[in-house]
Amino acid sequence: MNSDIITPVLMGVMLGGLYALIANGLSLVFGVMRLINLAHGDLVILGSYLAYAILTLFGLDPVIGLVISVPVMFCLGFLIQKYLMSRAFAISTETPLIIAFGISLIIQNANQIAWTPLSRAVNTTYAQESFFIGGLQLPLIYLFDFIAGIVVMVLLHTFLKGTYLGRAITAASQDKRAAQLMGINTNRVYGYAFAIAMISAAIAGVFLGMTFPFTPTSGTSFLTIAFGTVIIGGLGSTLGTFIGGIILGVFQTLGGYFFGSAAQMLVVYLIVLIILAVRPQGLLGSRG
Amino acid sequence: MTSSEAQLEIKNIDVFHGTFQALWNVSLEIRRGEMLALIGANTSGKSTLMDTISGLLHPVNGTVEFEGTDISRLDCHDIVGLGITQVPEGRRVFPDMTVHDNLMIGSYRPCARSKTKPNLEKVYGLFPILKERRRQIARTLSGGEQQMLAIGRCLMADPRLMLIDEMSLGLAPIVIDDLFKALKKIRETGVTILFVEQNVKRTLQETDRAYILETGRVTLNGTAAELREEAKIKKAYFGIEECD
Repeated sequence: MNSDIITPVLMGVMLGGLYALIANGLSLVFGVMRLINLAHGDLVILGSYLAYAILTLFGLDPVIGLVISVPVMFCLGFLIQKYLMSRAFAISTETPLIIAFGISLIIQNANQIAWTPLSRAVNTTYAQESFFIGGLQLPLIYLFDFIAGIVVMVLLHTFLKGTYLGRAITAASQDKRAAQLMGINTNRVYGYAFAIAMISAAIAGVFLGMTFPFTPTSGTSFLTIAFGTVIIGGLGSTLGTFIGGIILGVFQTLGGYFFGSAAQMLVVYLIVLIILAVRPQGLLGSRG
Repeated sequence: MTSSEAQLEIKNIDVFHGTFQALWNVSLEIRRGEMLALIGANTSGKSTLMDTISGLLHPVNGTVEFEGTDISRLDCHDIVGLGITQVPEGRRVFPDMTVHDNLMIGSYRPCARSKTKPNLEKVYGLFPILKERRRQIARTLSGGEQQMLAIGRCLMADPRLMLIDEMSLGLAPIVIDDLFKALKKIRETGVTILFVEQNVKRTLQETDRAYILETGRVTLNGTAAELREEAKIKKAYFGIEECD
């Protein structure tokens, strides 16, 4: 085996950690509320801009800056669910989709006004460094992406399985009516689920901002990546999302290696299409 | 009969599904510690009545009083907190959770959490098979076991009034016997039980009293013995097949 190919495979695996990080929130909100949150990509980018602001205004390391951005995003998520989505759900099932699209446009335009359409990056010293493994040189930030992906996956999994609130979120996602009959305030649980999805968006935003440059409209392409990740991994499985992210990452970098960077996403979406046809519930998803 | 005190009192309720009126001026009384049945054909309004007590639906007119409190405007989660829990039709266990996790969801309300351990013992004592299968995913259980799990999950909420909707639907007679035995034991611990059935004959063997619902109205009520006589004479009038 050509040793050249190991580099894109490793890069893809580590990039997959970032993709899983981005997809977690989308998967959680869809799994619990059956809402395709079209604003998710933009909320992640909002997280990137928050990290950028915290770094440039306060000179605070963006990872430490999470102590500011996480509560902000948590509250934002809870308010969006409580004052917009839950009311939209009362109207019809399509209304929240339109609301989500509206939130997406508002965030994109607000970011344009606040930060101009120019490309930004969260530049930390370690974001440009490299590490060496077996004679290969790889970007250090990719390793951090992968580690963050694992950490968030484990935290989310532990939260959903091990706490009363987490179990209530899982229960409400499996059978809303039965959850209500067991004394779960499903509206409040939805609020927390959305808020937790926003926490993961805040974390994803930080690492995305350190890995790639971003503009106010970058959210759309990362929403698409998050969709692919969730489709491959299957809904309702945190491990599935992680594996989905890795598969997507590896096929992207391998696609770039074999067919050039113009074709890399084409390869990714072919894989998504094949998985949709062969195993529509995703690799680790439960049968609907 | 421990006492004739009314634990739940429903007075002249009208309940709608959108523009369709499902219950018409329905009144009903449940006494503390009794086992009461609601009998009626499909679409007679039995499940609507259960959902109204549980707070999933709210009456347009009339009141629902539980232990002296008007609960007709309260939400479902608050009503569970007061001590009324429903075992829904079709069991509706959480399919992708283990037996144990399903039971833990039952004790979600803060008032039930402190009693999680003794209640879990109680449920496992009542249905030992659930203890054996506590690590199993709920969807892989048999229908009877799922019904046991649904009842067990309800008991974890520490209810004083249990509502059970169509418990025996689709289950083998021998399983139904076991479930009724369990209900008797639950009742002996002081829990009031209201249950909905289509199986008239069986129901009248098991309960103290029953209400007959027809197209959203209470047409008859009385002790099980009285209704058995009535049923023999007026089988056609009930419009219900004896499906045992």
